[in-house]
Parts: sequence; C-alpha cells; structure tokens
Amino acid sequence: MSFTWKFTAREIAEKPELLAPGHRMCSGCGAAIVHRLVLKAVRGPTIVTHPTGCVEVTTAIYPYTSWRVPWVHTAFETAAANAAGIEAAFKALRRRGRLKYDHVDVMAFAGDGGTYDIGIQALSGALERGHDFLYVLYDNEAYMNTGIQRSGGTPLGAWTTTTPAGTKIPGKPEPRKPIEDIVVAHGVPYVATASPAHWMDLVVKARKGLEAKGPAFLHVIAPCPRGWRYESSKTIELSRLAVETCVFPLWECVDGEHKLSAPSKAIALKPDLKKPVVEYLKAQGRFSHLFTPEFERVIDEIQRVVDKRWYLLLKKCSV
Amino acid sequence: MSSYEKGWKEVSIAGVCWLPSTKYLTGDWSPYKPVRDKAKCNKCLLCHMYCPDGAVIWNSKAEDIEFNYNFCKGCGICANECPQGAIEIILK
Ligand code: SF4
Ligand code: SF4
Repeated sequence: MSFTWKFTAREIAEKPELLAPGHRMCSGCGAAIVHRLVLKAVRGPTIVTHPTGCVEVTTAIYPYTSWRVPWVHTAFETAAANAAGIEAAFKALRRRGRLKYDHVDVMAFAGDGGTYDIGIQALSGALERGHDFLYVLYDNEAYMNTGIQRSGGTPLGAWTTTTPAGTKIPGKPEPRKPIEDIVVAHGVPYVATASPAHWMDLVVKARKGLEAKGPAFLHVIAPCPRGWRYESSKTIELSRLAVETCVFPLWECVDGEHKLSAPSKAIALKPDLKKPVVEYLKAQGRFSHLFTPEFERVIDEIQRVVDKRWYLLLKKCSV
Repeated sequence: MSSYEKGWKEVSIAGVCWLPSTKYLTGDWSPYKPVRDKAKCNKCLLCHMYCPDGAVIWNSKAEDIEFNYNFCKGCGICANECPQGAIEIILK
C-alpha cells in the first residue's frame, strides 16, 4: 500500500467541518473530537452511517441534523451490514452506468456497544465478505448515552452502573475484549488503533483506511467525561495518557503485518518512558474505588493485563 | 424551537431531520468561555484540532484563530492543551 497524502495543520483547519456545530454531545466529549478529525480525512464523495449510540442520538435530534455528508441511521446491530449494503448498491449503480461519481467512500462509525457486543456479527460478516468500507469504532468504553452500563469494551476494574463498585465486586471483573485482534483475524487489509491526542496520526490512519481496497477498521479511544468521571478539560490529556501507559498502544496492521506507530514505538525503544497505569487510573473517578486497601490488588492486576498485552503486541511487531 | 416545528402533514418523509444544527446554539450551556492572549499564541492550531464543537475557527483571511461563542460549551480542552498557555477559561 503506497501512501502519498501529505498535509499541514493549516490545510486541515481550512477543511470544512463535516460534523456541524450545534450537535448535543456533552461538553468535552471525546467522540465529538474523533468524528471531527476522522471526517477531515475524506477524499471525495462520502456517505456515513451510524447505528444507535451517543453520536447518533446527539447529531440527529429532530428536526436538527449535524451532518454535512449524506448520513443514514440504522439499528444498533447493523452498522456494518448497512455500510455493506450501501457499498453494494453503489457497485450495482456503477455497473449500470448510473453512478455519476468515480468512487464513493463508505464509512460506518459505531460505539463500543454497537461494535464489541451488539454489532459484532454484522461486522464479522461484512469483513468476511470483503466490502470496501471504513469502520470506525469510537470507544468510550461503556453504554454511555443510556446511563453508563458496562460493555465488552469496558476495562477491568471500571465502575459502571451495571458493575457497581461495592464491598465484594471491584467494578468490572473482566478485562475488555481485544476487538482489534478479532478484526485482524479476519484477514482484512487495514486495521489500526488511534488516539485523538495524536491527531495527525489519527487523520492519516483514517485516510489510509479509506484508501485500502477492502474492509478497514479503525479503533479510536474516545474518553467520556460523564462516564469516566473526570473534568471535561482532561479529555485529550487522558487519551494521551492511555497511550503513554500502554493501556491503549498505537499500531497499524497492513495486510496482516503489525507495526507500532510513532508514539508507541518511542516507548518500545525506550521502556523507561512507559508510565505506570496508576497515573491513568487515578485521573478517573470510575477507578477511584481501587485506591482503597480492599481493592488495591486490582491495580496490580490491571497493570499485569496491560503489560501482558503490550508484550504480545511487541512480539507481533517484532520489536 | 417550536417555531421551526412542522405539523404532521408537512413533516419530511420518514421524519428525516431537515434543519441544520447550526440553528441550535449550544453556546449557552456553560457559564465559562475561553479567551486567548494573542501575544502568546503561535497559531499552532492544536486548539482547533481538539475542540469537540468546532468552536475554534481558523480564519484564513485574517490568518488567525477565532472562537465561535455561539457553540463553545466551555469544556476547557483548548486551554488545557494550548502549549503556549495562551488560553484562559473565564466566567462569562
Ligand atoms: S493552541 Fe494555543 S498557541 Fe496553538 S493556536 Fe491555539 S491558542 Fe494559539
Ligand atoms: S472551551 Fe471547549 S468548546 Fe469552547 S472553544 Fe475551547 S475546546 Fe472548544
């Protein structure tokens, strides 16, 4: 895959906002930043689809719409099926000579609920059938718009309303599902992780995903001030800390080959730079119960899980 | 809001949203707003990249950034991330 697109910050700033202001995502919402940045990478006519989720409910409150690209809302489980259908429809139109564009990019955005849990079979099917689309998982690590219920993406030890921290249970007892490994196992041409803190890396990866011939998957961390219990000004700080602690390492996998992205590569080359997970955990109220004598051990467990996944990733990247 | 509402006979097919959200001002959500010290700013544009609400605008004619207070929700991200410490969040 040869990639030639270059841009400056100014060029990105001069691009139109395809997600219009006036949307009703919370103050400081990480998902809003992720969407704005990914949409700066579009290369021509583009159609976007969302299943139910935070971004859908806040950008299409009747009669208002924040979408400046053609946009389709679909049911919670069907983001990838819908994207597949849109792509197939364009193919059919082209075959009949009824498409006035050379190419139309198709993007599906879904949250963690719509991806790890409810949408996974539609996603798996669309990946297997090889549809040419970009799937962006904006991961705020719980069902946020319905009131912070745990999902398959919620990390170990996090408080949610369905994994409350009590006297017996220290928040969520299980680590999150490694969704990006599941996608990689489908043998698709492009899979990557990204963080809005590293905005340029995110924009580049979104464009690479669009350019890939076949399914592409982008997993982006999207901190949520309400659900993670932190002050709205810290969204970017946390999405940076997630990378610095290796809770959310940045990498891409092109045609099955893993490669670390610059911020994580720096840590791999100089392990002293790797920050302890405590720094990430103590910045968020959803982990505050872990800083008590009875649950302290969970912090060690989280560190162990993070270290293990980091170690396995380094092996995959042959570092 | 109600002045924009259509009756059931005029409603768009399948209730498709038809009014741009730029008609819905979110600038009154917060008692806070950012102000910038122009002398400190080096126009790196990080505040533009990180604003969840597209409320930091690059004005290419004036070659400068501007806040759109109609939509700014006062989250404080721009102030927190500005490498020059040029942005301050103040009470409106
Ligand atoms: S982040 Fe700070 S220095 Fe950079 S453009 Fe914004 S105000 Fe100016
Ligand atoms: S305070 Fe938040 S919403 Fe307002 S301009 Fe800064 S980043 Fe944007």
